[in-house]
Amino acid sequence: MNIDQHLDPSGLSLAPSPHFRNGITVRSLMLDVVIALLPATVAGIYFFGMDAALVTASAIGGALATEAGIARLRGEPISIRDGSALVTGLLLALCLPPGVPLWLPVVGAIFAIAVGKALFGGLGMNIFNPALVGRAFLVASFPTLMTTWRWPVGSGDWMAGEFDALSTATPLDLLRYEGVMTPLTDLFVGRVGGSLGETSVLALLLGAAYLLARGVIDWRIPTAYLGTVAVLAGLFGVNPLFHLFAGSLMLGAFYMATDYVSGAVTPGGRVVFGIGCGVLTMLIRIYGGYPEGVTFAILLMNAAVPLIERFTAPRRLGGGGESSAH
Amino acid sequence: MTAKTFRGGVHPPEFKELSHGHRIETLPAPERAVIPMIQHMGAPCEPTVQEGEEVDLGQVVGDIDAFVSSPVHASVSGVVESITESILPDGRKSPAVVIAADGSDRIADTVAPAGELDRLTPDEIRQAVRSAGIVGMGGAAFPAHVKYSPPPDSDVSIDTVIINGCECEPFLTCDHRVMLERAGEVIFGLRVIMRACGAERGIIGVEDNKPDAIEVLREEIGDAPLEVVPLQTKYPEGAEKQMILAITGREVPSGGLPLHVGVVVNNVSTSVAIARAIHTGMPCIERVVTVSGDVVENPKNLAVRVGTPIRNLLEAVGGFSEPPARIISGGPMMGLAIYDVDMPIVKASSGVVALSERLIPSPDEQPCIRCGRCVDVCPSFLMPLYLDVYPDESALDYHPLDCIECGSCVYACPANRQILARIRLAKSEAAARQR
Repeated sequence: MNIDQHLDPSGLSLAPSPHFRNGITVRSLMLDVVIALLPATVAGIYFFGMDAALVTASAIGGALATEAGIARLRGEPISIRDGSALVTGLLLALCLPPGVPLWLPVVGAIFAIAVGKALFGGLGMNIFNPALVGRAFLVASFPTLMTTWRWPVGSGDWMAGEFDALSTATPLDLLRYEGVMTPLTDLFVGRVGGSLGETSVLALLLGAAYLLARGVIDWRIPTAYLGTVAVLAGLFGVNPLFHLFAGSLMLGAFYMATDYVSGAVTPGGRVVFGIGCGVLTMLIRIYGGYPEGVTFAILLMNAAVPLIERFTAPRRLGGGGESSAH
Repeated sequence: MTAKTFRGGVHPPEFKELSHGHRIETLPAPERAVIPMIQHMGAPCEPTVQEGEEVDLGQVVGDIDAFVSSPVHASVSGVVESITESILPDGRKSPAVVIAADGSDRIADTVAPAGELDRLTPDEIRQAVRSAGIVGMGGAAFPAHVKYSPPPDSDVSIDTVIINGCECEPFLTCDHRVMLERAGEVIFGLRVIMRACGAERGIIGVEDNKPDAIEVLREEIGDAPLEVVPLQTKYPEGAEKQMILAITGREVPSGGLPLHVGVVVNNVSTSVAIARAIHTGMPCIERVVTVSGDVVENPKNLAVRVGTPIRNLLEAVGGFSEPPARIISGGPMMGLAIYDVDMPIVKASSGVVALSERLIPSPDEQPCIRCGRCVDVCPSFLMPLYLDVYPDESALDYHPLDCIECGSCVYACPANRQILARIRLAKSEAAARQR
């Protein structure tokens, strides 16, 4: 047997070990997040009408265009194929009021990608969750637009042309300013006022189950986050389920706090990060100037990540109890 | 009984079914054997024979007067054709003795049984193991006799000997076949090592994807006070420190050796080589090598003389079904990509694996997205992403010297970062600074 007919030594590639990969890529992870967000996106369109679809498209378009434009300015290959800008645009859209003028999601997306990500050095370098940076910028710059909520039409009445943009308040507003508790079933299904992708707990949990089953996100962050909120709600004398289902907690706990880049990489750090998000969310909800605190809770905890990681670094093997950090 | 394990690790596809059912076949001795002087960790040997000299099978052809070293032997009888330079799979160059075989396999008169095990002293066993040129055949090639010799100034005593039958590398099945077909020698080798170390506890650790090997070994042990411990099928279950942790709960201290926690670990093939050295006096001149891969025509487990060109093994398996994109000496997780199939098989060569383009990763790296998978899988509980920043100085603060180079972090990395390549560089700088 002469092996030389099939052997071209110059065709043999050399590379350091290992020579295997598990096949999971940045792109596949980002696409999994997009898939997981589809139920919430569809629920948003169902409840809030075609405008919600346009808001979503504007935010995604703004994010992709900004990402591509910045890559071009920097003379780098266009990086939108990795899917990260798509996720940022989609997440931003899902935490905007459904009826906003379409320039608003575009402005938010530009800020999210350009300032929230590119200014820090691009993918992997940003300290804060870019979508939440975009949202925080919009809340600070356009407070009225960002707190004008649309009534959920629900069964798709808008298709019959009976849709009119009745404005309403979110369940957290209603509790805070009017002492009204929204029924839990409405909260769970999503027939309440709020950001276009945050209202349906059911849709968000479906996607979360997908992400957990696929191993895309670590259970520690949402578990610690939601658990802390439930315990504190109980301590404050409010039905824990209300605080779990209301506002953007589900969206934040499963899709925002689990952002890889701006979160903690250590298992213990993820628990601490989740608990911190829960405490801050409840402090803002109960005592803060805004009825909802998820955005700022996560952004504040993002800033604490280096500190958290330092104190939660794993104990290295054979280190006599010493951590693997310095 | 639940299989033991450690925290972390990965589950690469095994591909063992390609070759695990194939009995060990003996590859004919090569016409020309190339015996490198570096086949072990420690001081390189120097040739002890001259060009033109006649040598017998099992005769020493290279040695050096150093404790951490191991002699090399003629794997064929014949005439020393030349003393030349050979390139090793890791790219280093090594002097090598080239022997033109005469085909007679005339055995050297130094090859003689060591005697009854019960009458041999630990020192005599260590001497016999050194003389036979036995090194760790799992891949590390650490001289075996050194493992059985605690530093004289320490109060270390070895109480446990573990034989490593994990074989957690994908594709490789040579240790599996050795356990099935040479179980008696595996057990006898374990007894020899226990006697050399004065250890009371003898354990064979086997991944639970080899239930037949576990059964055969248990049958062979019978009522003797030795144990077979099933371990979870997971990479790198066979890594020395991780295996010691899984089986004994002891942590080898950072920078330390297994004997610092009273343990010696040897591979099953090493155990067989030791059994032969005691039984017959034949030194380490042969080993079992798995030749496999998705483009290999008929994957096999071959008993091969040390010094046989890799080419001969590839011919024995019928060559390739399509051109390989990469040929690896060892397994795909820790093995070395080679570019020259005329390199010789050495004592630590466990496999030759030829892969198609479909199985090898793209060379393109993306930015780290801090997903934390490397932290989750690292079996040394390090934070590989912060080592990946090397040559940034901060990498040196994250304990690169504790990395065992298993590559689990790279395997799991969605950004395809060459984390381990950077850790190796960080390790050499950290080691240089320590000196």
